[in-house]
Amino acid sequence: MPPTRGPDLIVQRPEGLYCPPGDFYIDPWRPVDRAVITHAHADHARAGHAHYLAATPGESVLRARLGSDIDLQLLPYGEAVDQHGVRLSLHPAGHVLGSAQVRLEHRGEVWVASGDYFVSGADADAAVANPTCAPFEPVRCHCFVTESTFGLPIYRWQPQRELFADIDAWWRANVQAGRASLLMGYSFGKAQRILAGVDSSIGPIVVHGAVETLNRAYRRAGVALPDTQLAIDVTDKALFKRALVVAPPSVHGSAWTRRFGEHSDAFASGWMQLRGARRRRAVDRGFVLSDHADWPGLQRAIAATGAPRVIVTHGYEAVMVRWLTEQGLEAGAFQTEYGDEQEGAAETQPEGSRE
Amino acid sequence: MRRFAQLFAELDASTATLVKVDALKRYFANAASADAAWAVYFLAGGKPRQVVPTALLRALACKVAGIGEWLFEESYQAVGDLAETIAHVLPPPRRRSDVGLAEWVEQRLLPLRGAAPLDQAERIAAYWDELDTAGRFLLTKLIGGGFRVGVSKLLVQRALAEVAGLDAKLVAQRMMGYTDATRFPTAAGYDALVSREEPSTAIQGGQPYPFFLAHPVDSPLAEFEARLGTPADWLVEWKYDGIRAQVVRRAGQVWIWSRGEELVTERFPEIEAALRSLPDGSVLDGEIVVWKDGRPAPFNLLQQRIGRKSLTKKVLADAPVAFIAYDLLEAGGLDLRELPQWQRRQRLEELLRARPQIHLSPLQTRGGWPDLAALRDESRTRGVEGFMLKHRDARYGTGRRKQTDIAGGTWWKWKIDPLSVDAILIYAQAGHGRRASVYTDYTFAVWNRTPHDAAEAASAIDAIANREPPAPDALQLVAFAKAYSGLSDEEFREVDRVIRKTTLEKFGPVRSVKPTLVFELGFEGINRSTRHKSGIAVRFPRMLRIRGDKPLHEADTLQTLEALLAQGER
Repeated sequence: MPPTRGPDLIVQRPEGLYCPPGDFYIDPWRPVDRAVITHAHADHARAGHAHYLAATPGESVLRARLGSDIDLQLLPYGEAVDQHGVRLSLHPAGHVLGSAQVRLEHRGEVWVASGDYFVSGADADAAVANPTCAPFEPVRCHCFVTESTFGLPIYRWQPQRELFADIDAWWRANVQAGRASLLMGYSFGKAQRILAGVDSSIGPIVVHGAVETLNRAYRRAGVALPDTQLAIDVTDKALFKRALVVAPPSVHGSAWTRRFGEHSDAFASGWMQLRGARRRRAVDRGFVLSDHADWPGLQRAIAATGAPRVIVTHGYEAVMVRWLTEQGLEAGAFQTEYGDEQEGAAETQPEGSRE
Repeated sequence: MRRFAQLFAELDASTATLVKVDALKRYFANAASADAAWAVYFLAGGKPRQVVPTALLRALACKVAGIGEWLFEESYQAVGDLAETIAHVLPPPRRRSDVGLAEWVEQRLLPLRGAAPLDQAERIAAYWDELDTAGRFLLTKLIGGGFRVGVSKLLVQRALAEVAGLDAKLVAQRMMGYTDATRFPTAAGYDALVSREEPSTAIQGGQPYPFFLAHPVDSPLAEFEARLGTPADWLVEWKYDGIRAQVVRRAGQVWIWSRGEELVTERFPEIEAALRSLPDGSVLDGEIVVWKDGRPAPFNLLQQRIGRKSLTKKVLADAPVAFIAYDLLEAGGLDLRELPQWQRRQRLEELLRARPQIHLSPLQTRGGWPDLAALRDESRTRGVEGFMLKHRDARYGTGRRKQTDIAGGTWWKWKIDPLSVDAILIYAQAGHGRRASVYTDYTFAVWNRTPHDAAEAASAIDAIANREPPAPDALQLVAFAKAYSGLSDEEFREVDRVIRKTTLEKFGPVRSVKPTLVFELGFEGINRSTRHKSGIAVRFPRMLRIRGDKPLHEADTLQTLEALLAQGER
């Protein structure tokens, strides 16, 4: 790609990331007129914008979260629309259902804003790794605006096949011991990824209401998920002893879990990579399952864009900027209000936001 | 190695005693004796000296991972543990091995010490390449000398006893001295630990007995009579602030064991010489203190002496030590631990009558509990920590066991309340391990003088926030102590949030904050120090509570500390 260098296609404004020639925002955190939404997690898709544009497969989840009455324009992956001379198209990010990278082209200059994305360093074929959404698609560009949630070399995911084998083994051992398996993960994205990845022949799968709401949206969008039943619908308590229970982290230690009697609990998140984080969670098991790229995945994704310039949005920005600069790229950072994983690693991330 | 790494991961992941004991039993039931011997050694706190310097491990990890030192440091700050950082930054292993723990330690790790650095690096890189993350973590901990595990020696003994079908007390007895760094475990040694053969009554060499540990007495004075009965049933002694030690005199030799079951004989030549006056077959329990001017000196003098590499004449003159005996566990080669306390005491007094070079802990026999409480108030000026209460009929037990029957043999420590001041948090640093990425280690300050009013304090705080250097006579905060314990997880999270919100500057892992929080800080002792800017050093500082009710200008001052210091020096 030839090194054209027009004015920047994305800049930082108090409302969010802004495209000056196209006059629209990408995942703004304050109410604006026109918002392009990369995906439906709460810190990227906020309420209150006059007009939304998002990828078609994300319609059901976006409406489930922001209401059915939002003014939503849908765009299939790969198709383009023109906004004041800016050619805008959306491309799969592999993060959650409907997640998209935003490609902007203006007078020969191409920028891509990644939103959140998942590429695993361990699995060359991302489609194998996250069957609940379209895999990340590298897009060539002059400038790549990338997330960096797990932007440290300590974050390196194991092959997903191995990971799910671990989860299945834990579930099986619990079935044998006659106790329920409570696996906590965020209701949107993580929960469906768990459901699609486990061996559903081991036993029945029970879910929390918050998870089932998103399951419905996924199924409406044509994503295959195993049969699930709501915990409150289960009348025969003996069923729990064989069940995998998938629920959001907020149930931890709550009265909701009492119905399962003796159970083993586990938490699925990229943060479970670290011993300290696992121990703070105080669960029996921590499974390292993330919807974000690990360190090798970030490197691979950035390299695949061929971009000589990279702007980092959130998560260990300073580290990633310095690293990319050392690799010979022009790198900078945007201060955004997406996630706060680096600082908040100690904290419970709010339900619905990100990891 | 893989099995031991798995055991470590299981012990690390759980806080439930039963789960830990089960994991230990599964391991011991299946491990070869030679491997189990090393496992017991490490789990019970044994530490081979560091075989490779940390700097080499870091540099090697950077090289293998292809990252710069700065990026490694950033990673370390997020992880909070060096070995874990290394385990994660390395590229995935290319090989897989099934070498057992004993072979790992004996054939691979120990020979690393003294090898040329280049050779060390080459071998370690090859070892890393055949282990998964858990294995690398463990290996690096062992090489770097930083191995620690969340399991008590008592649990290890319990698991061994259950696997072998033995009494845990017997295993505890056999395990004494097992982790002493001067000898390494062997398969035969492990087999002897779990042997079903009748134990021989004669105790070999310098082996000590398991220490009997005390519980804090938590009743208010008014309930002493009801719970403990009359003081006449109790042996009441000062609680010394020194090093608990068991001294063994057998076969013409003297062994001095610390409570950590470390042999410390060579560190205390004066005591060794004094103990030579004892007849063979004597074992005494007591306390090592620095003894000056007819009374125990503050603990920090003893601490300084322990820190010295060589015991010069000057060190010996500045900090002379003494052994204060308070129990007799063996006499004439016979185990006396089943005798009642008062009989052991009587025999101890007889033994030491003609041996003034060994101090005898005096008994306090003044009146009722209120009289004793009044005497206890003098603890600080006497250089002690309060009283020990030992029931006159108690046998000498093992470890620290919960006892439902209060007079049934438990030793009680009846300590004086800690000194305390209200101090202001000014710096914070993230913790390690479980507390990595949470700000849990704090530096506290007091005012250099009493603020005139809230407004003056507020303007001093503003000056700090604006990074203005203080005027020479201005009101300012003086750092005097660091503390990282005493709060609940919930409180730590709360303070962590405040720290992130009020951060002024980051210096590597340390943050300075705009002062907003007052804590009641407790400590055991206070001394002058030339190493601290405040001129004062406190012992065992910890947070007693967050004083949300206390405005900053009401926090304590250097004069408060001076007054506490003067009390101790009186």
